Amino acid sequence: MKLTLEVWRQKDANSAGKMQRYEAAGISPDMSFLEMLDLVNSRLIEAGQEPIAFDHDCREGICGSCGLVINGVAHGTRKATTTCQLHMREFKDGDTIYIEPFRAKAFPVLKDLVVDRSGFDRIQQAGGYVSINTGSAPDANAVPIGKEEADIAFTAAACIGCGACVAQCKNASAMLFVSAKLSHYAHLPQGQPERMRRTRDMVDAMDAEGFGNCTNQYECEAVCPKEIPARFIAEMNRDYVKAAITEA
Amino acid sequence: MAGITRLLKSSIGRKFMMALTGLLLFGFLIAHLSGNLLLFKGQKALNDYAAWLASLGPLLWVARLGLLAVFAVHVLLGISLSRENRGARPAPYAFEKTVQAPLPSLWMLRTGLLVLAYVVYHLAHFTFGIVQPAGHALVEAGTQRHDVYGMVVHGFRNPVVALSYVAFLGVLGLHLWHGLASFFQTMGLSHEGYAKLIRKAAHAVTWILILAYAALPVAVLTGLVGKS
Repeated sequence: MKLTLEVWRQKDANSAGKMQRYEAAGISPDMSFLEMLDLVNSRLIEAGQEPIAFDHDCREGICGSCGLVINGVAHGTRKATTTCQLHMREFKDGDTIYIEPFRAKAFPVLKDLVVDRSGFDRIQQAGGYVSINTGSAPDANAVPIGKEEADIAFTAAACIGCGACVAQCKNASAMLFVSAKLSHYAHLPQGQPERMRRTRDMVDAMDAEGFGNCTNQYECEAVCPKEIPARFIAEMNRDYVKAAITEA
Repeated sequence: MAGITRLLKSSIGRKFMMALTGLLLFGFLIAHLSGNLLLFKGQKALNDYAAWLASLGPLLWVARLGLLAVFAVHVLLGISLSRENRGARPAPYAFEKTVQAPLPSLWMLRTGLLVLAYVVYHLAHFTFGIVQPAGHALVEAGTQRHDVYGMVVHGFRNPVVALSYVAFLGVLGLHLWHGLASFFQTMGLSHEGYAKLIRKAAHAVTWILILAYAALPVAVLTGLVGKS
C-alpha cells in the first residue's frame, strides 16, 4: 500500500507545531498502525531526520499508553479498538491519513503526537483507590457480590485510562474516565465507606485540571476502546450531588 | 453550606442547575400551551382565562419574576459553560469529525440564543404590543376587557408573522430535542434498560409539544379559527 500521511509535528511543549506531509510506500495491510509508524520512522532516521514521537507500550490493547487521533477519531474508526490494535487493512491504497495528538487544554502536547496525561494520574491520586488496609488477599467468595453488580463494576474497571474520551469529546471533558473510575468502586462493597468522599474529591480534581463539561453527546462512549457506557456519568452526577447535599 | 457552595461552583453542579432550570422552563411551556389551546374553544374561553390571569395581581408578578430568574440562570449558565467548554480545547483538530452526536446536540448554544431572541420578539408582540399595536389594542365587544383572542387571530392572519412563529417553534423543538433527553442523564436518571426509552420518550414529547404550539398559527392562517 502507498499512503499519504498528514502528521502533527511539534518540537516540544513550548514550540508551535504544524501538520506535515509524508509519503509512506510499501505498507503491508497486515501491519499494525504503530508498526506502520515504526517503518516510517526508520526511514526518517535513515534519511537523517527526526522520527515522529508517539506513545506506546504493551501493543496489546490493555495498557492505555497509545492514543492517536486518526482522521478525526480517537484510536481510529474501528470500534472498541486501541491504536495499537488497529491494522492497516482498515485503510485503502492511496488513502490520506490525518494523524494528530489528543487535543485538550488539560493534555498539553509534549512532542509531536505525545501528550501529557498526568492530569488523569492526579485525578486518580485524589481518591481513585480504597485506602483501608485490608491485609492479604481474602479468600475467594468470602464477600459475596451479586453477579449483576460484579458485572457493572467490571465494565467500569475495564477503563485503561487512555484518554480517548477526552480527545473525542467536543468539550474535552474527562467525565467518562472519572465516572468509570468511580463506578468501578461504587458497585463493590469495598468501595462503599469512601464512596461520597471519593466522588467529591475526584470530581473536584477533574475540574481543577481544566477539562470541559459533559453535554451528553456521547462521543466518548462511541470511541472508547473498552466500550465504557456513558450511563456511568449519570451515576457520577447522582453521587456528586448526593455528596454535596450530605456534606451541607 | 460548604457542600452547596462546592456544588454550585463545580462542573456537575452547574450542569445540574442547567437541567433543573431547563425542566422548570419546560414546565412553563406546558402551562403556557394549556392556556393557549383555549384559542380552539373560542373567544370567551381564552379571554376569560386571560382575565383570570390578570386578576391574580401580585401573584402573577411573583410568577413572572420567578420565571425571569429561572430563564436568566439558564441563559447565563449556558453561555458561561459553553465558553468554558470551548476553552477546554484551545487548539482544534485539523481533521474534525463527529462520530455520533446528533446535530441538535451540537447546536444547543445557537438554538438557545435564537430561542432567547424569539422570546423577546414574542413579548414585544403579544405582551407589549410593539409589533402589531392595532391587534394589541382590541377590546372584546360588549365588555371592557382586553381581547386576547382577537389579538392572536389578528396577529396570525399575517402570513409573515404566523410563519415566523412556526419557524421559531422549529428552533425551540431542536433545543428541546436534546435538552429534554439530557435532563435525565444530567440528573443521574440513566439505566441500561431505560436510557434508550427515556431518550425516545423525550423526543416524542418534544414533537407533541411543538406540533401543538404550531397548530395555533397554522389554524388561524388556514382559517380554521377566527373566520368570521
